[in-house]
Amino acid sequence: MRLSEHIYKTIAAIRGVLLFVENVRGAVMGEMTRVISPDGRVMEGEVLKIEGGDVLIQVFGETRGLDLENTSVVFTDSVKKAPLARDILGRIFNGSFLPVDSLPMFVPRKWARISGFPINPTARARPEEFIETGFSVIDGLNTLVKGQKLPIFSCAGLPSKELTTAILKNAGLAGGGKDFVIVFAALGLTHNEYSYYLQALGEMRTDFTAFVNMADEPVMERLLAPRFALTAAEYLAFELGMDVLVVITDMTNYCDALREVSTAREELPGRRGYPGFMYSDLSSIYERAGRIKGMSGSITMIPVITIPEDDITHPIPDLTGYITEGQIVMSRDLHQKGIFPPVDVLPSLSRLMQRGIGAGHTRGDHRQIANQLYKYYAKGRELRRLEAIVGRDGMTEADKRLLDFAEAFEREFVAQGAKRKNINETLDTGIELIKRFCGGGP
Amino acid sequence: MTGRIDGISGPTVNVKMPGLRLYDRVYVGHAMLTGEVVRLAKQGAVIQVYENTAGLAMGEPVRGAGLPLAVRLGPGLLSGIFDGLQRPLQRLKEEIGPFITGGQEISALDYTRKFHFFPQKNKGEEVKQGDILGYFAEGAFKHHLVSRWNGTLAWLVSGACRLDSPIGRFEDGTEIPGSLEWPVRVPRPYRRKLTVSDPLLTGQRCVDFLFPMARGGTVILPGGFGTGKTILEQSIAKFADVDIVVYVGCGERGNEMAELIDEFGGLNDPWTGRKLMERTIFVANTSNMPVAAREASIYTAVSMAEYYRDMGLNVLLLADSLSRWAEALREISSSLEEMPGEEGYPTYLASRLSSFFERAGTVETLSGATGSLSMILSVSPPGGDFTEPVTQACMRATGGFLMLDTTLAHRRHFPAINWLQSYSLYEKSAMAYFNGSLSPAWEEAIRRCRDILSREMSLTAVAEIVGHDGLQDADRLLMRTAETIRQEFLCQNAYTEDAFSPPEKTLAAIAAILQGHDSAAEKITKGGTLDEIVP
Repeated sequence: MRLSEHIYKTIAAIRGVLLFVENVRGAVMGEMTRVISPDGRVMEGEVLKIEGGDVLIQVFGETRGLDLENTSVVFTDSVKKAPLARDILGRIFNGSFLPVDSLPMFVPRKWARISGFPINPTARARPEEFIETGFSVIDGLNTLVKGQKLPIFSCAGLPSKELTTAILKNAGLAGGGKDFVIVFAALGLTHNEYSYYLQALGEMRTDFTAFVNMADEPVMERLLAPRFALTAAEYLAFELGMDVLVVITDMTNYCDALREVSTAREELPGRRGYPGFMYSDLSSIYERAGRIKGMSGSITMIPVITIPEDDITHPIPDLTGYITEGQIVMSRDLHQKGIFPPVDVLPSLSRLMQRGIGAGHTRGDHRQIANQLYKYYAKGRELRRLEAIVGRDGMTEADKRLLDFAEAFEREFVAQGAKRKNINETLDTGIELIKRFCGGGP
Repeated sequence: MTGRIDGISGPTVNVKMPGLRLYDRVYVGHAMLTGEVVRLAKQGAVIQVYENTAGLAMGEPVRGAGLPLAVRLGPGLLSGIFDGLQRPLQRLKEEIGPFITGGQEISALDYTRKFHFFPQKNKGEEVKQGDILGYFAEGAFKHHLVSRWNGTLAWLVSGACRLDSPIGRFEDGTEIPGSLEWPVRVPRPYRRKLTVSDPLLTGQRCVDFLFPMARGGTVILPGGFGTGKTILEQSIAKFADVDIVVYVGCGERGNEMAELIDEFGGLNDPWTGRKLMERTIFVANTSNMPVAAREASIYTAVSMAEYYRDMGLNVLLLADSLSRWAEALREISSSLEEMPGEEGYPTYLASRLSSFFERAGTVETLSGATGSLSMILSVSPPGGDFTEPVTQACMRATGGFLMLDTTLAHRRHFPAINWLQSYSLYEKSAMAYFNGSLSPAWEEAIRRCRDILSREMSLTAVAEIVGHDGLQDADRLLMRTAETIRQEFLCQNAYTEDAFSPPEKTLAAIAAILQGHDSAAEKITKGGTLDEIVP
């Protein structure tokens, strides 16, 4: 513990976002610092590494204009914390938790460490309550439940923005539970996307808090914004008892920021240059979703990922898939057919769906309908390959019916445009399709 | 023995402090975080901290424990849920709430709990090292207390006792405690290793029939995400024919762990009918818990598994997933600035893995009983690419390879074990066992099943060109039978009653399919057409 002399002007080197300070006494790992540039700009920074009196600081801001002689660093003795209060609802903040909606800053009720603490596995309650997104292909076949983390895997050029905003606007608890709120974190947004999302936030039915980091804003804020969002979500969920849906877009920008910062620190790169600790880092975000026994709130998470090069084995979707409980995969083929949302059912999966559907959750016949739709569609898709070889005329009647089913399934069940469907409408559409094509089974 | 923090980098801390030994346990900072000495030099020692280092300050004290990183072994471990450092998570939750904030020191064993001790040696009797002094009643198990000393017994408790005071004494004054500490990185001793021969039944048809596991053997389950590694591990944990299961959730999902623990609470062991929890120990170090403790978690688990093996029990260690352990090793190695090998993993990855696998086996224990420790470990290859270093290092050192296939998983074929590329080195001994104990039809059925599946593959290639109708009836029948084998025999739904299939049921199922095939084939040779025979 230092009692005086917090301020140092002993910077030895500056490299990218990293600052090397000499002769520091009693630095604390993870400690927040204020970096004051010669022209009086103040930025935050975090202690990354300490070796004797040499301290390595990562600056959360633009390091242009810093120098070795006149820049000063103030050590604060405290780790990074977020201000919290119920008043964060309805507000939009940037990646430093400062309001960007031209309203004044709220009065914090408490401060919490943004890295959070892991939930004791024995304290977790199993996720089993249905959350309705309004999209048949998700609600019917890849059901989202409270406390789950279910990412959307998109590719460049696919309408993930439209899907995300529709979920922001439509998601809710099936019974219309009222303590449902959304925390939205947007990372590395272009100004175009920003105005799109801003409009969507204006049309939201539920209460929300948004954290927005623009593409031209500091990379470090891209790493902070999801942590602020989750710290806020934990406060809303576990202190105020709300059911919180956290939507983060786009985690690919987050991972690229992580790679950029890690390379600047001269850490050993792993696959495709991403840091070797990316799995642990991503899980420190994703694993904050969950429910806790004896507490009423919950955190459910939908991270959106743009798969680089349409390659699902790329480290970003790969590591995400290993941590999350399933994935919603968007398909270029369906998009080209004009289907929205273009979700491919076959590689999509919700691992926690089994507990959240059926009587008491959705409807008694949900499981059976979902299984049949999946089975027939999978067969239909396989038959399309055969059709390409032998031609439709060479196929049996039963096979032709399955081909037609697959087509109708895509056009009538998956495709729904911007219209919201509740779970009953979704399941009824499914029943109707099964009856029409596979009445007595194929 | 104390020193002061001289540097901090990620999960490692530098300290100048004399008298430390390599791999000694240390307590770091005012928060008393657990750490281990991983490197010693005249200039100072490097300590790997098992908890989050944020908040540690320069100059904070470091205290040496004078002992290596160890687990506490004694009655009461069964049905426990521990973290990677063997802290009991349930009691931790009661003390500090639902979030793990770090720096808590809680013993794995509950010293206030009373156990009943049944002595088997009397006062005045000569006891040799390895002799069984008696046993505690731990649920349905006779929890052996093995003597670690030679001597003459002066006193031994009988009846209810607690673990916080000695339960006996030798005439030379040596006290006999009810529990012991064991350094996790050291294998527990035994008299000799025996050849692995008896099969370990898992209740999974595809495993027991095509790729059998052996008691004392090691098997890996590699597969990309979504291929059902965890579900298969969990099914085996529920249905395996062993006395004790140690399940390690190593760097995996918290919700999955919660679900498993919750589910186990309501299930019974299909072999004994007793509560499943009573034979299970969980080690849960989920992905967001500290990385260094993840590295330690498999050693913590294997030490507890060996301890029960030493009582002459059959123990199964399941770990999900070994790749997360290897990644933890890589993260630590990188923070120590070691020279990286393939894909950034340290060059000692393969030797660490193989010495870990060597802790499995069937042994003659110090007290002369036979116990076994088997391992079934999942591997999560990045991008589902099996040529990566962890999968390859495991394949060289283990006896079974159950390859989980993404294509099968997308077809919802579960367990998604690829029947053409998986293998088991325990096949011969298992076959001999089943031929003897069950029926000689076992071996023949395996041969025919394999034959049908591999012929199906070549026929599929032909059918893609000429169409199904272009095949001869006998070939179409074979494809139909192969499909039945795949869908009704190899597939096994983990959520229904079918989840557990004892060997009698497995054999009956395959025999029925083969018989159906034979009678249809006979009709075809007599001139019938396939469409007449099977509508």
